[in-house]
Amino acid sequence: MIASLHPILLFFAGALLLWVLPLRGRQALILLVPAAAFATITQLPHGTFYGYELFGFDLTLLRVDKLSKAFGYIFTINAFACFLFALHLKNRYEHTAALAYIGAALGAVFAGDLISLYLFWEVMAITSTFLVLARKTQRAYGAAFRYVMVHIFGGLCLLAGILLQVNATGSVAFDGFSLEGLPTYLILIGFLVNAAAPPMNAWLSDAYPEATVTGGVIMTAYTTKTAVYTLIRGFAGCEILMFVGCTMAVYGIIWAILENDMRRILAYSIMNQVGFMICGIGIGTAMALNGAVSHAFAHIIYKALLWMSAGAVLYLTGKSKCTDLGGLYKTMPLTMIFGTIGALAISSFPFLSGYTTKPMIIYAGVNEGLFWVWLILEIASAGVFLHAGIKFPYFVFFAKDNGLRPGEPPKHMLVAMAFLSFVCIFIGVYPQPLYDILPFGAVDYHAYTFEHTLNQFQLLMFSALAFFMLLPLLKRTETISIDTDWFYRKGGKLFYFGCDKIFNGINDFAARVFGQTVPSQLTRFFSDPSRNVQKYLVQMAAEATGDDSQVKRRNKEIDHRTKAQAYPIGGGVFLAVIFLAIMSILYFI
Amino acid sequence: MDSENKKPEVWTWFDHPQNIKRLKIGFYIVLALLVIPDFFMHKHSLFSSVEAWPGFYAFFGFVACVVIILVSKLLGFALKEREDYYDR
Repeated sequence: MIASLHPILLFFAGALLLWVLPLRGRQALILLVPAAAFATITQLPHGTFYGYELFGFDLTLLRVDKLSKAFGYIFTINAFACFLFALHLKNRYEHTAALAYIGAALGAVFAGDLISLYLFWEVMAITSTFLVLARKTQRAYGAAFRYVMVHIFGGLCLLAGILLQVNATGSVAFDGFSLEGLPTYLILIGFLVNAAAPPMNAWLSDAYPEATVTGGVIMTAYTTKTAVYTLIRGFAGCEILMFVGCTMAVYGIIWAILENDMRRILAYSIMNQVGFMICGIGIGTAMALNGAVSHAFAHIIYKALLWMSAGAVLYLTGKSKCTDLGGLYKTMPLTMIFGTIGALAISSFPFLSGYTTKPMIIYAGVNEGLFWVWLILEIASAGVFLHAGIKFPYFVFFAKDNGLRPGEPPKHMLVAMAFLSFVCIFIGVYPQPLYDILPFGAVDYHAYTFEHTLNQFQLLMFSALAFFMLLPLLKRTETISIDTDWFYRKGGKLFYFGCDKIFNGINDFAARVFGQTVPSQLTRFFSDPSRNVQKYLVQMAAEATGDDSQVKRRNKEIDHRTKAQAYPIGGGVFLAVIFLAIMSILYFI
Repeated sequence: MDSENKKPEVWTWFDHPQNIKRLKIGFYIVLALLVIPDFFMHKHSLFSSVEAWPGFYAFFGFVACVVIILVSKLLGFALKEREDYYDR
């Protein structure tokens, strides 16, 4: 039964329509599609629709409940802002990939069963790769290749898990799993690869910064947050996720502090923020899950905003390393202000969006008496301000003036950033509309008590103090930092080198022996077999008796006889006799 | 001022060393103002009474960041490589 329009149809239809429309039409289309999809999602009634049958299973493409709707809203709102930011792009290729990618992400969120989920999961991996490829640099090609390989690995884990799960239970239902046995572990690994959990985390900081200016902005929202959605749906309350989340929160900070490339700093801070969400999923209470959903919502907005400000800088200066940037506040004041709003929002500065969402997760942990979770997440909260809240704006827009005078980006970029800045402030000041769409019951959390706000200000401002006091230690260097991609980048090279040495060595040896040595000896032997056999026998006899005085004379005789052809039989017959003799001996043994 | 730069040099508020000094003093005043209320109010603690001490979160934030910076600095010795590390 078809109750209403499936929002992904708009995206996939839009991706096709792009190829027949002129520029103006395309610009209208990419804004209309997410707006229409958002409107569609607001009207979706709860329930499951778009059933179909595949491999004998009843599958559903559209499962609507509060959880899928919440992610549907934020995915489409963010898509609108991202396409507004990317309005200047003339080529169809990137927009097509982006529309299909976002459509697939929505498809995964609304998928009602494991098989549909898997199909959209893979479409997401493939379409997003094109956003990296579109950068058209050698580094981007390399990063895109590694990106798609890691996602194929994750996808295969997920597929294997799903198949085993279906085989074991006979059901394709995608609901809460209890983590036991190989199938659910494989599914969890598949999800965690997309969430950029260590050790499969390096694809994010490897590929996103190599994507195009606009592609990077779009990618930040969907892959990791779809994974967060699937983890909420499938593994809420799964304790191991608390450890994974805490690890990610700290890991992201440390690597972000080491990093020099501004977009790579922001990529690591995605990992850090997703860590908070995954930790919330691990805690698993209604408040923690609401915290994870609301934090995903707020995170998508301010992260896109941060990537837009970084993207605008990259677009205008062509540079993304902190060592090349600095002093941009002089000619890009608006971009600086928007970027700083994003940076403060991610640090959960009071009156901005992070503050009304992230502490909910920490508070939920406190309610459960989880001391270590509280400790690590508070440390990570201070660390966020350090690496994303101050480091990013400070080194890009202030710090040392490198003489870059780019000016402000095009108007549509500024409008997109202003829109997202507004949403950051709106959620920060008035979070109730966001709390109302949260799926796990009414929100009993009050961000703005005097004490809590004061504590947060203390935490953040003294983090800032630490930053400025230890600034000499944070000086940027023209380096990259080794991450877990080392294993497949250097490991891959080592494997290649090893295979090269071993197999090409065998090949060379075989070519030498069977291509040169053996044939040449055989040729020499068969050039005159009867003479050679006789000489060989003479040599053997001489060695056996230890008397080689006769060898020279005998050889001379043999040469003479051969030259004169003084044999009763030809060489061929001689050989045939010898072979027959050998064969008969072998036969009788 | 860099004289090589042909474009008109943008001379802003931040370029005056005097203003940076003012900014610093303002920053310290803000820090002090944030801690002072702690002495006059009852603070709740979540796990331990230490949290109720005045300026606990200020101290916590500062120490956490110093530790994070030092740890990443140390890790940096092992993890930082030249930019062409993977191309070699």
